Amino acid sequence: MTRPQAASLISQHFGGAQVQGDAPFVVTVPAEQWQSFARFAKDTLGCRFFSFSTAVDWKEHGLELVARIDNLDDGVAVLMKARLAPGVSECPSLVPVFRGADWMERECYDMFGIRFAGHPDLRRILLGDDWVGHPLLKSYAVDTPYPPYR
Amino acid sequence: MIPAPVWRNFKDLQEYERLRQQRPEGDKHSALFESVTEGIHSFPGGFVVTTAADAFLNWARKSSVWPVTFGLACCAIEMMATFASRFDVERLGMVPWASPRHSDLMIVSGTVTIKMAPMLLRIYDQMPDPKWAVSMGSCANSGGPFRHGYHVVKGVDRVIPVDVYVPGCPPPPESLLNGLLLLQDQIAHFRRTGKRAAANPKVD
Repeated sequence: MTRPQAASLISQHFGGAQVQGDAPFVVTVPAEQWQSFARFAKDTLGCRFFSFSTAVDWKEHGLELVARIDNLDDGVAVLMKARLAPGVSECPSLVPVFRGADWMERECYDMFGIRFAGHPDLRRILLGDDWVGHPLLKSYAVDTPYPPYR
Repeated sequence: MIPAPVWRNFKDLQEYERLRQQRPEGDKHSALFESVTEGIHSFPGGFVVTTAADAFLNWARKSSVWPVTFGLACCAIEMMATFASRFDVERLGMVPWASPRHSDLMIVSGTVTIKMAPMLLRIYDQMPDPKWAVSMGSCANSGGPFRHGYHVVKGVDRVIPVDVYVPGCPPPPESLLNGLLLLQDQIAHFRRTGKRAAANPKVD
């Protein structure tokens, strides 16, 4: 699998996706294709290594999901992105495709409050279970006093 | 009587209440000791004996302050250096001890996160009275550079009472050593009233 082959495969299967660059391929897909694109990248492009997954808060433009997956054998890397609509925090999970996405998505839920549909165990991972709010959202007040230690 | 809890500590209050209900007539040995002490103190010239006893006990207290081995962050590296042979706090009678049950001093060396604070309080609760706490470094003093983080307790004095604040980021071993000497000076003026000595303005 070379990079031109991968590019043609992406445009063949996901014609609507917006692709920039080739090292890595920055692919922006609609949120509902988030999981199917990951499945395609794993099975067809051979990207079996799940590198990381996180999110970006673009304030009134909504949240953006980012995940990077690698084909370490052939040097093909895909940085997949998906924009969520403003006010939306629901998204399909990547755990059925990549088992390693489990804790990454728990952290993403912890920090951004994104609810991943299909995640087997979606609860907070870093902050306490009684924490209120999701601190990496831009709307979270930085100096929010925490009740016992004001 | 069982001495009343001195520091506003919920756990201490609970323990005090439990002890008081178990022994409503009070602690006989302490009461006896206290009456003897009061008797000696009211005797003409007796204050010389009691103050001498206080001074002796305080000398013993300040000469064997055992800090609990408890490091939180990068300040702990400087704390370890202070405990090591070059700066050698053992000549002041300080032995880092790996059990809070046998320790007198807690050096809070580093950032206290909101998730860590209950554990810190728990270790502090496990230490026997009288106990002291040194807040080491900017993070423990006020939150330091992480003050505006969402997960940082803005000063460890919101969790436990602190006797000496050592500034610095991190404080070098000399600085911590100075703080420990100030603490010893405070302990030398410790009184059985349970009131803490006023902060010592003397800085070398």
